[in-house]
Amino acid sequence: MRVDRALILHLAVIALLFAMQYVMSPYHQGNLARILVLATYATGYNILFGYTGLLSLGHALFFAAGMYGAGMTMRYWDFPAIAAFPTGIIAATALAFLIGTLALRTTGVAFMIVTLMFAQAGFLTLLYFNEYTRGDEGFVLPQADRAIGMIDLSADDTRFIAAWVIFSVGLLIALAIVRSKAGRVLIAIRENEERTRMLGFNPFPYKLGAVVVSGAFAGAAGAAYALLFGSVGASFASIQYSIEPLLFVLLGGAGVVLGPLVGSILIFYLIDYAREITTAYLIVVGVALVLLILFARKGVLGSIRRRTDGWLP
Amino acid sequence: MTLLSAKNLIKDFGGLRAVNVDAFALPQGEIRAVIGPNGAGKTTFVSLLCGRIAPTQGAIHFEESDITRLPAHDRVALGIAYTFQITSIYPNLTLYDNVMLPAQRRASLNASNDAADRAMVALERVGLSSRAFERAGSQAYGHQRLLEVAMGLALAPKLLILDEPTQGLSEGEIETFKELIRAVAKDATVLLIEHNMNVVMALADRITVLNFGETLAEGTPEEIRGNADVQTAYLGG
Repeated sequence: MRVDRALILHLAVIALLFAMQYVMSPYHQGNLARILVLATYATGYNILFGYTGLLSLGHALFFAAGMYGAGMTMRYWDFPAIAAFPTGIIAATALAFLIGTLALRTTGVAFMIVTLMFAQAGFLTLLYFNEYTRGDEGFVLPQADRAIGMIDLSADDTRFIAAWVIFSVGLLIALAIVRSKAGRVLIAIRENEERTRMLGFNPFPYKLGAVVVSGAFAGAAGAAYALLFGSVGASFASIQYSIEPLLFVLLGGAGVVLGPLVGSILIFYLIDYAREITTAYLIVVGVALVLLILFARKGVLGSIRRRTDGWLP
Repeated sequence: MTLLSAKNLIKDFGGLRAVNVDAFALPQGEIRAVIGPNGAGKTTFVSLLCGRIAPTQGAIHFEESDITRLPAHDRVALGIAYTFQITSIYPNLTLYDNVMLPAQRRASLNASNDAADRAMVALERVGLSSRAFERAGSQAYGHQRLLEVAMGLALAPKLLILDEPTQGLSEGEIETFKELIRAVAKDATVLLIEHNMNVVMALADRITVLNFGETLAEGTPEEIRGNADVQTAYLGG
């Protein structure tokens, strides 16, 4: 049997992440749990942006759909966490299907604008129904509810493991998708859509599939965020949360499965350290991005891949 | 048997009637060349046949069924392959991955698992198998043209439409290309837009001449060579 070194590498990264909990302080463990949830979000976004070449500026809507799908059903219908989590994913997936169907009638810059507008409409809707959503100041899920059976998702160690499980499953799904036949078609659409159509592939269902999968990842991350960190609010539907996965993907390496993880870690800690130095910490992030565009346009892992004759999926 | 036919096919771009072909019929197994002066509507005409653009009026039939409203990707599934005039490949992928995609499409159509073999065979036929794992974008222009043809071959089409395939090829490459098309024509019908008269005369069973979007003449290479209207259109009257 041929050694599947790509699979081994990804499993090794997953194992390494698991091992991190034994060497890290609770503070960094909490950080890494948050990073892994956001990296799950960005890993799904990478399938759409990095592999299919579609730039969405509206994925915060799906993140928020997952968050509110889980949070609202827990708050108003007393869903247990184990039912609220898939409800969040389903809400985001359904919304991604609907918005994908509409937004994919456009391409390029128009697609960016349409997705942005849908997300803004969703953001404003959350604020408009403030009575129910508590959109402006957000609401907190009671710690007692944030548990699956005996497992308390709000405790440091179990929270980390929950985040690790979600990220690991997401990473392996993403790896399987991009290495599948369908994944090959997604890359072909990114590289040359007209050519792909003239080879007999209808691009639309593939592009819609990429929107739906990335929406499902965003929903899973949003629902996990609500359960693990307890906060639900409209700010998670704002433009900032649409831009974040884009930045993670760009910095880590668009079109590399592990890129979003690397990007998430780098940006999270960049902001964390910059905050200690200055209140204008976003300037540091801006400088990092300018340097990225100037010197490593393909992102950290994208640049590494070029030197390793491209076997990194 | 007629493989492909078109009736009263019209395409208008604004006020310009780019194509206006009363009747066109392509029998199975033939190598047909479409020639004509620049701007005669050759590319527009074949683009209507393969579905890249929709006609203003008219009907197209392929193997008895009406494909006029069928989207391009579904026509590929029926067996119509098109190679672009301006080389259209995936420059960042390897040659193998370039042909793997149409091979995969073909394999999915007859539910077989032989995509990888099919891809290598297509590369072998155009003589590029030794470069299978090199980046397509780093190949010489002539090799990119051949890769484009290989992508069409990997689809195992019933009708292969080639839009100026020899443009920019060297003399030696053109000779290889002629051999290749003769081999392809054994199990496929070929529709070829071509400027190089040496290639047209050597390969074509019949020639259709377009001028100002209309059929000016149609016949064997000898008939076309002796046609006064064609000479006028090319040389100016």
